[in-house]
Amino acid sequence: MASDGALFEARAINAWRGDRHILRDVSFTVHPGEFLKITGPNGVGKTTLLRVICGLLPAETGDMFWKGRNIRGTADEFHIDLAYLGHLNSLKADLTARENLKFLSGLRQSLTAADVDAALDRVGILSRGDLPARSLSAGQKRRLALARLVLADADLWILDEPVTNLDTAGIALVEELIHEHVSAGGLAIAAAHQRLLDDAAILRRLELEP
Amino acid sequence: MTRTPILEAARLVFRRDLTLAWRRWDEVTQPLIFYVVVTTMFPLATTPELSQLRLISGGVVWVAALLSSLLALEALFRADVEDGTTEQWVLSGQPLGYLLLAKVAAHWMLTGLPLVLMSPIVGTALGLPFEAWGTLVVSLLAGTGTLSVLGGIGAALTVGVRRGSVLLSLLVLPLAMPLLIFGARAVTMAIDGDSPAGPLQLLAAIFFLALSLGPLAMSAAIRISVEN
Repeated sequence: MASDGALFEARAINAWRGDRHILRDVSFTVHPGEFLKITGPNGVGKTTLLRVICGLLPAETGDMFWKGRNIRGTADEFHIDLAYLGHLNSLKADLTARENLKFLSGLRQSLTAADVDAALDRVGILSRGDLPARSLSAGQKRRLALARLVLADADLWILDEPVTNLDTAGIALVEELIHEHVSAGGLAIAAAHQRLLDDAAILRRLELEP
Repeated sequence: MTRTPILEAARLVFRRDLTLAWRRWDEVTQPLIFYVVVTTMFPLATTPELSQLRLISGGVVWVAALLSSLLALEALFRADVEDGTTEQWVLSGQPLGYLLLAKVAAHWMLTGLPLVLMSPIVGTALGLPFEAWGTLVVSLLAGTGTLSVLGGIGAALTVGVRRGSVLLSLLVLPLAMPLLIFGARAVTMAIDGDSPAGPLQLLAAIFFLALSLGPLAMSAAIRISVEN
């Protein structure tokens, strides 16, 4: 059981990539209304840690708890509560922005055309909705991937370098999205090099050391 | 917002692949062209005598169908793994095996079904009598369906391997041998006027076995591929 009301808890996570011992006894908790920012130099294992949390990578040892239950064995229920934005945008270049959302976010939630439009509007690319993803700029693609977070209706956001390729307005948008999500009682964990909500009260830091 | 039911999720994956194929139709038609070209070469290389071609027609049609199905399978999951789509499928909270099965079903409809529909024409060009049409079509329906699932497992296992096509053939072809033996045998029996029920039932049995265990194997393999 997680103590002190933490919704997410990781205990003594150890993970290897090939023959490199990357994560050594990483432990942390995340409470509702908290944004955990993971920092550290390149190659220290930020992405690895995020992927271990999602369950995309197995941890050698250690346990993770979500709402007090061990994630091992309840992965599907955990995944319903989780939205992951990796450094890949998970977009199909031949599909339009709308279709990309319909076919991928639609796997989680039943979406109407209005839901999709609202999400596109929220991330500021509504006017690009019917363009194939290949013709969007790198920043617009990132915004489209962010629209999936808006549609996911998940309690826990896991973001890997969310502001990559984004302009100043885009970075402000990410900060706003995270702030809204967390203020509404959600949780967010992000790996980031850049400034991201650095002065906000909701921020907690986790520094990974090599 | 409400959770998407699994059937609806599988339908979305299926429709997405049809939409994508519609925009990249050249990749989809390649196996069909290969199939037609290979089978039309046989009379040129052997003999134009229909009575002699008839003896080998069942085997030729089956071998060509098998190889052309395999041709299309290698890249089945590659694009989705590389652009991170499968990552999101794994995390969608939906049973991954069914999503992958829906993808394989779309793939079969785009590559397997055209082969099946084309086979009576191709067979006739090789002297296949009209009476054997039904057997040929039914045996190929079960055969290409099974092969799509087997190939799906192979493709899921080799998706992270550079130049995985050789490995894929080595993995899948031995498993496909029973299909070839029973399928070609069924067609030959139908040509000879015997009842092909035996081999056809075996083919159907293999098909349902692949259909029930395939999703488990594919999802396990994809989860490993996503780890990289």
